[in-house]
Amino acid sequence: MRIAVCVKSVPDAGSARRIDGGTKRLDRSADGVLNPYDANAIEEALRIQEATGEGEVVLVSLGPEKALDGIRKGLAMGADRVVLVSDDAAAGSDLVATSYALAKALERENADLVLFGQQASDSDGAVLWAAVADRLRRPLISQVAELTVSGSSVTGKRQTENGYDTIQAPLPAVVAVSDAINEPRYPSLKGIMGAKKKPQDIVSLADIGAEAGRAGEAGSKTTVLTLSPPPPRGDSKKIEDDGTAAEQIVAFLEEKKLL
Amino acid sequence: MKTLVFLETVDGKLHAGSLGVLSRAAKLGGEVAGVVIGSGVAGLAEGAGAYGAQVVYVADDARLESALPQPRVDVIAGLVTAQGFDNVLFAQSVLASDLAAGLAARLEAGVNWDLAGVEERGGELIGTRAALGDSVYVEVAWKGTPRIGIVRSGTYAAEETGGSARVENAAIELQDFSTAAVLVSQDRAEQSGPSIEEADIIVAGGRGLGAAEHFKLAEELAEVLGGAVASTRAVVDAGWYPYATQVGQTGKTITPKLYIGLGISGAIQHKVGMQGSGTIVSINKDGHAPIFDYSDLGIVGDLHTIVPKLVELLRARG
Repeated sequence: MRIAVCVKSVPDAGSARRIDGGTKRLDRSADGVLNPYDANAIEEALRIQEATGEGEVVLVSLGPEKALDGIRKGLAMGADRVVLVSDDAAAGSDLVATSYALAKALERENADLVLFGQQASDSDGAVLWAAVADRLRRPLISQVAELTVSGSSVTGKRQTENGYDTIQAPLPAVVAVSDAINEPRYPSLKGIMGAKKKPQDIVSLADIGAEAGRAGEAGSKTTVLTLSPPPPRGDSKKIEDDGTAAEQIVAFLEEKKLL
Repeated sequence: MKTLVFLETVDGKLHAGSLGVLSRAAKLGGEVAGVVIGSGVAGLAEGAGAYGAQVVYVADDARLESALPQPRVDVIAGLVTAQGFDNVLFAQSVLASDLAAGLAARLEAGVNWDLAGVEERGGELIGTRAALGDSVYVEVAWKGTPRIGIVRSGTYAAEETGGSARVENAAIELQDFSTAAVLVSQDRAEQSGPSIEEADIIVAGGRGLGAAEHFKLAEELAEVLGGAVASTRAVVDAGWYPYATQVGQTGKTITPKLYIGLGISGAIQHKVGMQGSGTIVSINKDGHAPIFDYSDLGIVGDLHTIVPKLVELLRARG
C-alpha cells in the first residue's frame, strides 16, 4: 500500500511572522519547519505501514527548494521519500491553484491513501483536502479522530459539531486527520542521520504535467487587496510568572470589574 | 449580483448561522437565493424567504441524507452552472468548509475563508479576514466568478424581514466518487449540566492540563468564579472531558464576559469558537502559544502552581 502525506514547510512558530507589504504574501525568509499538524498525518501513515508490514510512505509538498529543510523531519520520523513541487511559476498559489498542482503531483504517485493534517499553522487553512479530493475524484473523510484501514476500505471517526460520525470509504481515498488522532513520534538520531540519504525529488510543474498558467499567482482566483492592523483589543498584557501571577490575575479581574 | 447561500440543516431545522449569512446576502443587493440539501428537507425551504431569499432551491433525495460534503458539491456545482451565480456564500461549519473547497476545485473558482465580513463595492465582493493570529487584517477579493466565501460563525445574526420565497427543485446528478463515502454510524453528543453557551464566565481546559484528572483545577476555578467549564477538541478526542463542553470549529461557539484558558494553545480550531469572548485571560507554559496573540492578559507559567493559588485567593475574597 502506498500512502501519500501532503505536507508543508511553515515559518517556525518562534519567529516573528509578517506579511510582505509589497507582494502581500507571507514572508518566508525565516527558517522553515514541518507544519506541526502534518506530523500527525505522517505518524498515522507510519502506523498503518507498520501494522501491515509493507508499503511506502511518500511526502508530497509544494514550495521553494529550501522547504526541504523543514520537510526532512518527516523523513527522519520514518517516511520513505519526498516529492517537492518547486517552481517559480507556482509561487503565490491560492487554494484553487495549490490544489491543482498538488493533485497533479499526487496523480503521478497513484497512492492508495492520501493523508492531510488538520490545518496549516501559517495560513490557518483547513480546507485544502476537499479541493484535492474533488480534483482526484476520490472519496473524502475529514476531521478524523480515529482511522482504520482494512483490506480495500478505510473507516474514519469524524468529529462534527454534533458528535462523531463513522464514515467508510473505498480505497483509494483522501483522509484529513485531527491533531488528536495520535502523538507523533520524535525522530531518532538514526532517523535524523538517515533522512538526508532518502530520495528527495524536486520536480517542476512541467515534470508533473501541470500547466504553469493554472498554478501560482496566474492560476489563483483570489487576491489580497490591503493589509491593515487589527482593531485594538485594548491594553493587552503578557507576563512571565515570577511567583505573583495569581495575585496579578486577581488584580486584573478586579480592575475589569469581573469579580 | 446574484448570490447563492448554502442553507445547512441541523436536526430538521435551518441552521441559524446560514440564515445569518442569508440575511447579510440580502443586504448586499441583487438576486438572492438559498439552497437546501438533504433528505426530507423540502418543507424547510419556504421558511428561508423570511430571511431574504427570493428563491430557494431544494435537493431532497435519500442519497443526500448523511451530512457529507461531496454529493452536495455535485448539487451546488450544477446549480451554479445552470443559474450563473456570481457569489456562493457559506456559514463556516465542518460540512460547509469541505463543501466550499470541493466546489472551488470543481468550478475553478476562488475561495476565501474565515471571513469576518463581506461587502459589495462597485459590483465586486470584498471580504475581510484576520491573519497571522489576528495580528493583521486583510481585505480579500476574487478574480472572476463565481466567488466562494466561507463566513466565520457568529459574524451575522439571522434577521427576519418577513418576505416569502419561491421554491424550486434543483437537479440532482451525483458522481460515483461523491457517493462512495458512506455514513456507517453516528454518536450524538449528549448534553449534561449547564450549557457553556449560556455561562458568563468560562474556564476552559486544554491539553496543557496534562491529564484528565487535572480538569479538577478548571472545575475548582469555575466553581469559585460561578462559571462553567469548557474544553478543546484535543482533550475531548483524548477522552478527558465530555464532548458537550468542546469549544471551537467542531464544537460550540461561546461569548462569555470572561474566558480563562488553562493550558490551551489557541489554534484556529478552538479560536473560532471563543474569539467573541469579552475578556480573555490565558495561562500557558509555552510563550509562543497563539492564544497569547489575542489574550487581554497572558501568563507564561505553570498552571499547576498558579491555579491552586488563584483559587485560594478568590475563595479568601469570599
